[in-house]
Amino acid sequence: MLVELIFYLFAAITVGAASMVVISKNQVHSVLFLVLTFFSTACLFVLIQAEFLAAILVMVYMGAVAVLFLFVVMMIDLDFAELRKNTYEHLPLGIAVGGVMLVEMVAIGVTYHAPEHLAVATPTPEGVHNTLALGRVLYSKYLLPFEMASLILLVALIGAVVLTLRSRKDRKRQDIGKQLARTRDEAVEVKKVKSWEGA
Amino acid sequence: MAEILQVIHSFGEGLFGAIWPLVWALIKINVLMGPVMICVSYLTLAERKVIGAMQVRIGPNRVGFWGLLQPFADAAKLFFKETHIPAAADTVVFLIAPTLVLVPALLAWSAIPFAEGVVLADVNIGILYVLAISSLGVYGVLMSGWASNNRYSFLGALRSASQMVSYEVAMGFSIIPVVMLAGSLNLTDIVLDQKDMWNIIPLFPLAIVYFISVVAETNRTPFDLPEAEAELVAGFFTEYSAMSFGLFFLGEYANMILVSALATILFLGGWLPPVEWLSIIPGFVWFAIKVGFLLFVFLWIRATFPRYRYDQLMRLGWKVFLPIALIWIFVTGAAMHLFGLA
Repeated sequence: MLVELIFYLFAAITVGAASMVVISKNQVHSVLFLVLTFFSTACLFVLIQAEFLAAILVMVYMGAVAVLFLFVVMMIDLDFAELRKNTYEHLPLGIAVGGVMLVEMVAIGVTYHAPEHLAVATPTPEGVHNTLALGRVLYSKYLLPFEMASLILLVALIGAVVLTLRSRKDRKRQDIGKQLARTRDEAVEVKKVKSWEGA
Repeated sequence: MAEILQVIHSFGEGLFGAIWPLVWALIKINVLMGPVMICVSYLTLAERKVIGAMQVRIGPNRVGFWGLLQPFADAAKLFFKETHIPAAADTVVFLIAPTLVLVPALLAWSAIPFAEGVVLADVNIGILYVLAISSLGVYGVLMSGWASNNRYSFLGALRSASQMVSYEVAMGFSIIPVVMLAGSLNLTDIVLDQKDMWNIIPLFPLAIVYFISVVAETNRTPFDLPEAEAELVAGFFTEYSAMSFGLFFLGEYANMILVSALATILFLGGWLPPVEWLSIIPGFVWFAIKVGFLLFVFLWIRATFPRYRYDQLMRLGWKVFLPIALIWIFVTGAAMHLFGLA
């Protein structure tokens, strides 16, 4: 009873925040609502006792991805009047795409019977908690896809660095090794200056 | 102890009926939060006393005996000041931001074990939970900087956020070998695994990396770039006054105590005594002594080092700490394989 109540609370927050992402006029508010959506989704994960997934969701999506979103969105200067100018021109296309997605989702919703499928999809692992069970599956059965995913991420990482790296000839880089290797003897020169003669 | 709890439970159920579990949870939260908040307020006094002593000053000594009532005087002052909201600020975000700095720092305490079995929620992903919750503090910083609609605040927030995100990486990687050795994410298991040898001995470089990273995470000197007063006035909380400023202040100190407690659990053996015959002193006292020592180091660092330059800070995190932590993960794995610990 209490768990159901809490579920509907978090579900309502998730749906409400998700719609605010789309509705809200200020783009920074949109990202903040997206963060709230992530968080209440993590709470829903906790309710079905998938606490590992919840922690990873919070760490990866809220702790890293959404922070970068926020960074970018805060710094770009969007003109909303400009963005909204052609709304009615694109309306038919938008309705078409949205309509197709709606039909697909309804089709899934009609044919997919949650309780039966869930009972099949989540057998409770015996004697081990779900973090351990997840780790075992990830590093044995799904080792290859897992490593492939990490390789793709690494390529994306290096790609991002290569795209933004530019070497300019006129920049003044500091060599930290050189800085640390300096001693007092080569950096300080003591001169005797006679009174009233030093300039 | 169990009998007393039984009596309390039966009394509470009689009084509140079905909502007693909720009330009991609230009681437990208050029993945890009260001492934490008192520690936070006295840490501010300790900081002023310690730094005063290091600079051959007396420190606050007017309010109460030996200045012991100073934190309450400060709190009263902050409560009665006017909360000023800039005209161009985004009011709602501006007011939510300070609570988002303080609340994660307090939420994370629920998984911290103070002694064997003395923990509010003994979750089996304890360390992940603490890391996940404390990574949310960055939103308060970013939101406050943006909502203030002030260049100094915004630059301070950007600096602070990139600093916190960068050092979170080094910090997270320095914790992985600890989890590998313990074979568990549960904080109690991690402490009990150190019964024979504290983690600081096999993982000494990582303990150093962790500690310096958390100094950067909590925006303390010498990494207090976000509030570099010479260039950014006060960084992301330039526009805050009264209690909304006080919440940032409390959040910083609560975070300091939290990361010290975490360092104690991960590397210094939590509530375990250094040698077996000293276990006549209760574990809670050992935990407090270790956390107190780490907090003293925080204050000591503040009184000793000048501020880092921003590029030096980023270099240290990404090019020094991250490789050290990654190499030590491999070394730990190889050692565990060789000695048959895995």
